[in-house]
Amino acid sequence: MNVKAQVAMVMHLDKCIGCHTCSVTCKTTWTNRPGMEYIWFNNVETRPGPGYPKRWEDQDRYKGGWEYSNGKLRLRAGGALSKLAKIFYNPNMGTLDDYYEPWTYDYRHLIEGERSDYVLSARPKSMITGKYIDQPEWGSNWDDDLAGGSEVVPMDPNVEKLQEHIAMEYEKTFMMYLPRICEHCLNPSCVASCPSGALYKRDEDGIVLVDQEECRGWRFCMNGCPYNKVYYNWNTHKAEKCNFCYPRTEAGLPTICSETCVGRIRYIGVVLYDADKVKAAASVEDPQNLYEAQLGCFLDPFDPEVIAEAREAGINDEWIRSAQESPVYKMAMKWKIALPLHPEYRTLPMVWYVPPLSPIMNHITNEEELSTDGYIPAVDQMRIPMQYLASILAADDTEVIRRVLLKLTAMRVHMRSVNVGGVDELAKSRLLEEAGIDTETVEDMARLLGVSKYSERFVIPTGRREMDGDELHYEQGACSIEDLAPPEGMTTYPFERGR
Amino acid sequence: MPAEANRADLSAQGGEKMGEMGEIFWWVVFPYLTLAIMIVGSLYRFAYNQLSWVAPSTEIFEKKWLRIGSPLFHYGLLFAFIGHVMGMVIPIEFYRGLGISDHLYHDFAIYGGGVAGLMVVAGAVILLIRKMTVDRVRIHATFADFFSVISLIIVAGLGVYITLVYNTTVLEYEYRTTIGPWFRSLFVFRPQYELMTAVPFLFQLHVITAFALFASIPFTRLVHLYSVPVHYPLRAPQQYRSRSRYRRKRI
Repeated sequence: MNVKAQVAMVMHLDKCIGCHTCSVTCKTTWTNRPGMEYIWFNNVETRPGPGYPKRWEDQDRYKGGWEYSNGKLRLRAGGALSKLAKIFYNPNMGTLDDYYEPWTYDYRHLIEGERSDYVLSARPKSMITGKYIDQPEWGSNWDDDLAGGSEVVPMDPNVEKLQEHIAMEYEKTFMMYLPRICEHCLNPSCVASCPSGALYKRDEDGIVLVDQEECRGWRFCMNGCPYNKVYYNWNTHKAEKCNFCYPRTEAGLPTICSETCVGRIRYIGVVLYDADKVKAAASVEDPQNLYEAQLGCFLDPFDPEVIAEAREAGINDEWIRSAQESPVYKMAMKWKIALPLHPEYRTLPMVWYVPPLSPIMNHITNEEELSTDGYIPAVDQMRIPMQYLASILAADDTEVIRRVLLKLTAMRVHMRSVNVGGVDELAKSRLLEEAGIDTETVEDMARLLGVSKYSERFVIPTGRREMDGDELHYEQGACSIEDLAPPEGMTTYPFERGR
Repeated sequence: MPAEANRADLSAQGGEKMGEMGEIFWWVVFPYLTLAIMIVGSLYRFAYNQLSWVAPSTEIFEKKWLRIGSPLFHYGLLFAFIGHVMGMVIPIEFYRGLGISDHLYHDFAIYGGGVAGLMVVAGAVILLIRKMTVDRVRIHATFADFFSVISLIIVAGLGVYITLVYNTTVLEYEYRTTIGPWFRSLFVFRPQYELMTAVPFLFQLHVITAFALFASIPFTRLVHLYSVPVHYPLRAPQQYRSRSRYRRKRI
């Protein structure tokens, strides 16, 4: 057993109101620099829609993630030798047009423009070339709230797969929001794609980072990540990505996107996993078994044997306690209501999603008289087709989605009976049985999903500084500013390291 | 051909063309100076400015022309490099020992080198035109970027000319008895500058421009040539790093 800790996230999609506050706070924190204008470490997509970058799920084009062929797990875009052969031109990488050409407005003209009979306007201006763009054509959330409708929706690769016709009429259509950050995968394909070895996964908290000094800008990570969440800064010519706000999480604070989330949809917690099981889990043949295989990597933080092994691996008690109280562990591993995004990419992603309940297609007019069992067929007639959700969250396995939706429905029915009375034969009905949970779990779920406080949603231990202990001991008597001014005389002041 | 006689003969011819001091400057001082700038400059930049050490790709801005130009150029350079190792580093005695006739060698050098050189020139011209005409690329290109591409076109263009035109029309010049031994003599610190004096002017110009280009490497995007990730196929696919115990590799 090789115990490692991972800081992970769950997003409860039912509560996302699509306000983009997460994207904006992330932008102002991390990506408001030259070269980063087009980059959104956090973005919110309206689904169905092509997403950002356009059609990122089209792996026939971007060749992201892993594939399992001939009994071997390999990068879809090709192994090390084929990457070296393609190093001068990466055929699968997207261009700025797949993201969008960022622009600002010519505000100066409002102040300095000539006096005229017309109201002065601030024309949009490219932030890449500085030239006027008279008609911006795309942006990271251009298709917000199904804008673009029947023209843009069919660009969604998940829609292309869908058997049934998607109604675009206002009364019948559906949409949901999908906020996305880096998945900080257990089996990150961006790390494996990096020729320089600049990308790495941190031992202490599983955060995937780019070493800015070692990155040489070969760009294989860009499309090697099937979620297209590693970006190319055209100014520094290096890769940058979501860093799970590690300066905040190290201090016990949630990421800025979670902190500022208006709908409080985000949960952060620690999970313990067995790093030795990762490769086998990513290598199960049937993509529909990947979800179960991934669950098999996680360790029960209450198991004394796991605790002993974790301590052995240098994980301290505060982290183990956090793992026991982790909201992520509860939702994703215990209750199994949160699902990984596109498990079929075989990266074992660590940002999990509670799928949204949606209005039921055929209106339930007599909900007061409806017997509890009546909700079971209703789950199969949600407005958001189960196939669509399964395509995003369950490698097309609708049964996985159905189980989660039944649990969420059972929770709704039960809490309704607790709070307003009415349907109270839940305990006797088949709903709980089909959902595979009991009323106690249902109430725990309702609390965590509905009314949990800040300290329950974010259980983040502070950085394991005591792990630096041995190092500090080792460094006794050494120069305390070794990194800044080593005795050899190679002074590297931080301001000199910049461009 | 007895090498000694050839050498004496050549130095007698060339002595009048360029003064002794001139010869020493171009074939001793200049190569060492440029190589020193290249080595010290590269080490300095590697040590003090890692953040600028990249292959500054513009693929995100433009892909269509890059798709043709970049592989053509880079693979051409790779072949040309191998060709120069064959001609400059490996001594002529090696080929003769193997029984490869001079004629056979030159045929191979003309065809192989010609193709490689043409790839470099064609690729670099495509990349230069792209750099000048595609707005997104041009606006972010620096003086150093243009300098690198243009000087590569000059150096490679001269190389192609002497390989394909000069060698076939004027004279099949045996550089393996003059430029080759001179180049190797630089690295044992006993530069035999007299070998270079009678070398045809175009060959001399190719050598001088190439060394000037070497000196520019640390100041341009060309530094990425040192960072070819040859170790990539050998390393484990997944990289774990401890935050506290990781030690940066420094030079």
